[in-house]
Amino acid sequence: MRHSLAVDLDGVRFPLPVLAASGCFAAGREHSGLADPRRIGGVVTRSLTYGPSKGAPTPRVAETPSGIVTSVGAQNAGVRDFLVEELPRLAKAGVPVVVSIAGSSMEEYLRVASALQSEPGIVALEVYLSARDREHDDLPFYSRRDVMADVVGSVSRLSSYPVFAKLPAFVPDIAEAARACVRVGAHGLTLIDAVPAMAIDTRTLRPRLATAIGGLSGPAIKPIALGAVFQVARALPDVPIMGVGGIATAEDAVEFLLAGAWAVQVGTTALVDPSAPAAIAQGILGYLKEKGLASPADLRNRLRLDPEAVR
Amino acid sequence: MRRVRAEILNARKLGAYHSLTLVAPEIAERARPGQFVSVAMPPDRRFVLRRHFSIHQASRRGGWAGTLEFVFDPRGPGTEWLAESKAHQFLDVIGPLGKAFAYPRRLANCLLVSEGHGSAPIYFLAQELRARGKRVDMIVGASSEDHVFNPIEAKRLSQQIAIVTEDGSLGERGRVQDVLVGMVEATGAEVVYAAGPRRMLRAVAELCIERRLPAQVAVEEQMACGLGICQTCAVPVIRKDGSGYDNLRACADGPVFNPARIFWDRWMGEPRAPATPPEGFPVVSAWPR
Repeated sequence: MRHSLAVDLDGVRFPLPVLAASGCFAAGREHSGLADPRRIGGVVTRSLTYGPSKGAPTPRVAETPSGIVTSVGAQNAGVRDFLVEELPRLAKAGVPVVVSIAGSSMEEYLRVASALQSEPGIVALEVYLSARDREHDDLPFYSRRDVMADVVGSVSRLSSYPVFAKLPAFVPDIAEAARACVRVGAHGLTLIDAVPAMAIDTRTLRPRLATAIGGLSGPAIKPIALGAVFQVARALPDVPIMGVGGIATAEDAVEFLLAGAWAVQVGTTALVDPSAPAAIAQGILGYLKEKGLASPADLRNRLRLDPEAVR
Repeated sequence: MRRVRAEILNARKLGAYHSLTLVAPEIAERARPGQFVSVAMPPDRRFVLRRHFSIHQASRRGGWAGTLEFVFDPRGPGTEWLAESKAHQFLDVIGPLGKAFAYPRRLANCLLVSEGHGSAPIYFLAQELRARGKRVDMIVGASSEDHVFNPIEAKRLSQQIAIVTEDGSLGERGRVQDVLVGMVEATGAEVVYAAGPRRMLRAVAELCIERRLPAQVAVEEQMACGLGICQTCAVPVIRKDGSGYDNLRACADGPVFNPARIFWDRWMGEPRAPATPPEGFPVVSAWPR
């Protein structure tokens, strides 16, 4: 049997099923010698705002059991700087690029998306929905379904690229939230985002992050992410899902593929070990061979369920 | 930078600290004072992040050629695990990382200021400066005697030395800041280097701005990746023209910075830190060529 690791997310193709999650891979000298971009399925960029954004005060990271709580506050140099400085390097490396876009208003999302039309190397957009909406009491965009659908729908209509909506796990009904995004034009979903969390230093009586609340990522959130992928995949079997959250090993990735993900993203683990996405992809290949399956897509309907027990 | 599986050659206690010497010629050959290495934690996923340590010693010559030493205070998960490691075990190490201290070409009198664990890169720097014919004087501070990092080595490396401890258990009682002005004057310091906690670095920065002394400091900030990717270790650094500041990465743009350009009010989280640097912020001359 011929085995292939390539995946096709309903037209969005990646040579390998393992991508680097948003902000967890750099194509420049940061990784020189540590990771080969040709052995990674794709790169999701850090979330871009229209202009440069300074981000949150420090400390921005606290380690917690099997995870990290971070609050970078979307520090980035802006979409124009990305197009000049970063995209050419990624494109030259030949790695498919998914651009994560953010904003503090619906208008800003649209300005970022319109700055990204027909650039070589970009294969899709990912809409980061945990940014805070200046026009709605600084609540995250995902917290109101109508606002969220407005953003996802407008970006999908405007952009020439397929759009993946990145949803957090804890919305009232994740399958319904996902359906709302697809209904307004999202091509697919990225599940999940970091989980709102906190850590406190009892010695100083201070939160361990300057912003108090941050996002938990790493192995600690893997079961949460897996549950979200499973629920959405059951409700929307034909919609491409990229699974992300705590994936550290090939076995973790296989779990996500069995739960219904079409591809996976590796975040925190790629920060710590830039060669991890490549190793995880190789591990998936080993699993496919062992099970006599041809491609990662063949795992999607393999999960054995007791229909009586699963609702 | 290189990633290697490095064998531990020697593990020992140094007062309150632990020291590990590794066989890592690929890293040791390139390592310069101020740079750091990152060490992976055990693969059981309890601690996710790698730990980052200033390079204390990198030997390119002699019987220890190809070895690399770093020092840590085993307080907290991860470093406690590391403190239990023994000779002949292997560690997953990436390095050298970050920007190193620069050496003055012409100026000769160097005052090296450190506190606690910050002394680790400073002794490496002292050796390199002495090898370039510079005069080295030191201020070494700590909370107590056992936290004064290797005082015998400090005395060997410096012409004039001030050791200060908060409890007076070794040297003078007090803090580094208390002896700073006196040492600058007594040694005729022309260049100042410092490593340690922020309050001490800020005191060094303010004195150096006031006296127009060129200075470099190695900062400590919480890092996640250590490779320049994650943007967690941000240090607000004022632009050369004073027009504003940028959050630079301690790991990739630092850890060595010109302290006259660090936006201290912001970095230290002062509640009313201005959004822009104060008018006429002293833009101290660049590093002496």
